[in-house]
Amino acid sequence: MTSRIGVVTFPGTLDDQDALRAVRVAGAEAVPLWHRDRDLHQVDAVVLAGGFSYGDYLRAGAISRFSPVMETIIEQAKGGMPVLGICNGFQILTEAHLLPGAMLRNNHLHFICRDQRLTVENAATAWTADYEQGQEISVPLKNMDGRYTADERTLDELEAEGRVAFRYTAGGNAADGYGNPNGSLRDIAGITNAAGNVVGLMPHPEHAVEPLIGTGGTDGLGFFTSILKKLVSAS
Amino acid sequence: MTLDTVKHASGTPDAEQPWRELGLKEDEYARIREILGRRPTGAELAMYSVMWSEHCSYKSSKVHLRQFGEKAPENDALLVGIGENAGVVDVGQGYAVTFKVESHNHPSYIEPYQGAATGVGGIVRDILAMGARPVAVVDPLRFGAPDHPDTRRVLPGVVAGIGGYGNCLGLPNIGGEVVFDSCYQGNPLVNAGCIGVMKHEDIHLAKASGPGNKVILYGARTGGDGIGGVSVLASETFDDSKPAKRPAVQVGDPFQEKLLIECTLEIFREKLVAGIQDLGGAGLSCATSELASAGSGGMRVELDRVHLRDATLSPEEILMSESQERMCAIVEPDKVERFLAICEKWDVIATVIGEVTEGERLEIYWHGEQIVDVPPRTVAHEGPVYERPYARPSWQDALQADDANALPRPADAEELRAQVLRLVASPNQASKAWITDQYDRFVQGNTVLAQPEDAGMVRIDEESNLGVAMATDGNGRYAKLDPYTGAQLALAEAYRNVAASGARPLAVSDCLNFGSPEDPDVMWQFAEATRGLADACQTLGTPVTGGNVSLYNQTGETAIHPTPVVAVLGVIDDVTRRTPIAFAEEGQLLYLLGDTREEFGGSAWSQVVHDHLGGLPPAVDLDRERLLAEILISASRDGMIDAAHDLSDGGLVQAVAESCLRGGKGARLVVPDGLDAFTFLLSESAGRAVVAVPRSEELRFTDMCGARGLPATRIGVVDGDAVEVQGAFGIPLDELRAAHEETIPGLLA
Repeated sequence: MTSRIGVVTFPGTLDDQDALRAVRVAGAEAVPLWHRDRDLHQVDAVVLAGGFSYGDYLRAGAISRFSPVMETIIEQAKGGMPVLGICNGFQILTEAHLLPGAMLRNNHLHFICRDQRLTVENAATAWTADYEQGQEISVPLKNMDGRYTADERTLDELEAEGRVAFRYTAGGNAADGYGNPNGSLRDIAGITNAAGNVVGLMPHPEHAVEPLIGTGGTDGLGFFTSILKKLVSAS
Repeated sequence: MTLDTVKHASGTPDAEQPWRELGLKEDEYARIREILGRRPTGAELAMYSVMWSEHCSYKSSKVHLRQFGEKAPENDALLVGIGENAGVVDVGQGYAVTFKVESHNHPSYIEPYQGAATGVGGIVRDILAMGARPVAVVDPLRFGAPDHPDTRRVLPGVVAGIGGYGNCLGLPNIGGEVVFDSCYQGNPLVNAGCIGVMKHEDIHLAKASGPGNKVILYGARTGGDGIGGVSVLASETFDDSKPAKRPAVQVGDPFQEKLLIECTLEIFREKLVAGIQDLGGAGLSCATSELASAGSGGMRVELDRVHLRDATLSPEEILMSESQERMCAIVEPDKVERFLAICEKWDVIATVIGEVTEGERLEIYWHGEQIVDVPPRTVAHEGPVYERPYARPSWQDALQADDANALPRPADAEELRAQVLRLVASPNQASKAWITDQYDRFVQGNTVLAQPEDAGMVRIDEESNLGVAMATDGNGRYAKLDPYTGAQLALAEAYRNVAASGARPLAVSDCLNFGSPEDPDVMWQFAEATRGLADACQTLGTPVTGGNVSLYNQTGETAIHPTPVVAVLGVIDDVTRRTPIAFAEEGQLLYLLGDTREEFGGSAWSQVVHDHLGGLPPAVDLDRERLLAEILISASRDGMIDAAHDLSDGGLVQAVAESCLRGGKGARLVVPDGLDAFTFLLSESAGRAVVAVPRSEELRFTDMCGARGLPATRIGVVDGDAVEVQGAFGIPLDELRAAHEETIPGLLA
């Protein structure tokens, strides 16, 4: 039996179908989860997909964090269940205090959609083991509120503990996807919790899992193959 | 204020009515009285006024639009034609695609963000109402001079509105255009297109039949926004004691629309509706009268059941409100419970507001009192029709005589180089990435091609790789010089763009943007453009499936350039065979397909270098366009070309520059025999494309072109890191990139 990976649909979630497809492309069983349903239907891991859950009312991720499904996810994540938050999913994870920090409006005040170069800073998490430490990958980025922020002490702690999972890759042409796209502190694109089971990032690996589609690359597939291998080896 | 019931209206035939303030003409008001055999009630007057507006009734354009039906080519793919919310075409494998382009010009000038946002929302609901899942949007936009202060107000607002709404719906934005011209200064054109996909059996139509079936209004609550948006600002109409001047521009909530989409798709999946209509222009007036008119005719509505955002709204205002994110469904009684349960699941408010009745009257009640009793056809489909006078403008001959081919040309290679750089850096030719990067082009995970490609393309079946492509084009400068040819050129370019991407053009939607129909000059432009477009669609075999007319795009006496925007939808059996524009492989051979003549009338060069508009637009040869398209499609399918880019405004050099920058590779070009470098690089002759051919495919490709009679001229090779024109000049890619990419951020960021 293959592993079951759940993808939550909140009202206003947009990339749930993409995340479900990415799970399938990687070879796992994709399980749709519904925000009002506390039951996780025996999934082994959960993806919180991008979008504008609850219309970003109040603050991105602020309302979703209190939904019934999140109560179970928060509890199980603390017990070690792997959770990946992409874009709005990352915002939900910070609102739920599973990850530290918060996202502010992009420093240029515009929505930005582009192919983004990322450097894998931690290839030891549940979601990044198929990458090499320091590997450069390209995945789409698309958001309005993507500027990662935290207080200096938290940032120092993240760095010291190797919990910065991804950084926006410096150098190179902006037109080729290099550079910090939104003013995120210390070029942080994604982080992990101390246990390595909860990872959040702003760019969208689920949009880079098939040749031809999206950026035309498959650099994002590693997230989904990483978790699948981990789950299979654990079972 | 007493309620103006039908009974009251019959008893007070001489009561003063604000028909003029509602935008009706005297004879139109007289006709309403004649239809009803009495004066209309306030509610009836409200309905007729919005439904008989130019926007809803097409009263000035109808007599010309008929050609699209009369001249429609035989086309087996057409499943639903003009007259429904959107046309539907068969794309094979049991799939049907619906698509349409609409305008939201006037609201976007008054309130750019909400005007543009609700333009997206409206077209998406049109597509949804056909039974389809919306899969992509496109936005053809036209603004005033790029350095004008008001452009800095309008453009960022429009772009943010499109992004703010479309991005929140989860629809990839895959194409469109951005054009600047001072003729659009007071009348920006904000057109929006949407593509939707369904299975054949899922097609839904807007009609109310089956007496006893329930009428359900669902979606957002009805508020006071957008009242009279399609007719006039209904400022002091019915009751002076209310807050005056409600906004005529609607306010959108994309979150609500996203829920409405998912909720509606689930309702479709369970086959719960007998008929459905979205609420857009003219709101409930439109939805109830159109549904009843297209069905058996009878409907009874209890208007007081409508959920309101503002409890003080009068029945007239409720009928006219253009509040967004609402739909109206006709549901059999035994399916109502399940329908409401799905709405509850998605937190969508739904209310049974009435039912389909025997007979042929639309009757509306307000707390038990009858306030509307009309034959719905007279509201929805039998509005006034005008044969507006038109005549070729007195200035047209002089404009055409002002020949652009006679303008001073660059004296030497150095001046030519400088003019080429000015061209690719000019706002109309420069990269629009700063704008399009504010739209999500990836969501749904099916985007194969998006801007700046020739056409946007999305996969619609993951197993078979079936896909659809769409391009929108329009050139107001060409159309000003000759509206008949200009409209055909718009079609030809969109058709060519779709073919260049590897897809087979199938059908057309159009958005016809013009000035005031009361001006005979403008009406002539409109008549000529529609005639040109209908003729060309007939020749190319691509029927017009629907669209939209936007008139009165003028400030005072000055009208915009006649601007027919044409969207062509194409189908591709296997998206892995799509052709991008990027020159990505060194050593590949560049071929110019088609004939290049000295054609500079309306050209980008004449605008950028000479600020000139005169002469004749490029000639159109539709048989050639068809041949070119067939070659491009065959070459894509058989793997003979790796890149293709259509040639249009800016000519060859613009296309080569874009393809080189996209692929990060340079090109060495040789001026072919019989052409001078200037004409070679900058002429805008139609029916042309440039393609990159792998050396191994050269013979096969040129044989095919030779056998089919399409001129194919080898003009160079992909090579190096500059665009070099042999014997003339070279421009390093870095310099080209800076020129092409820094203009728009410099103006707007």
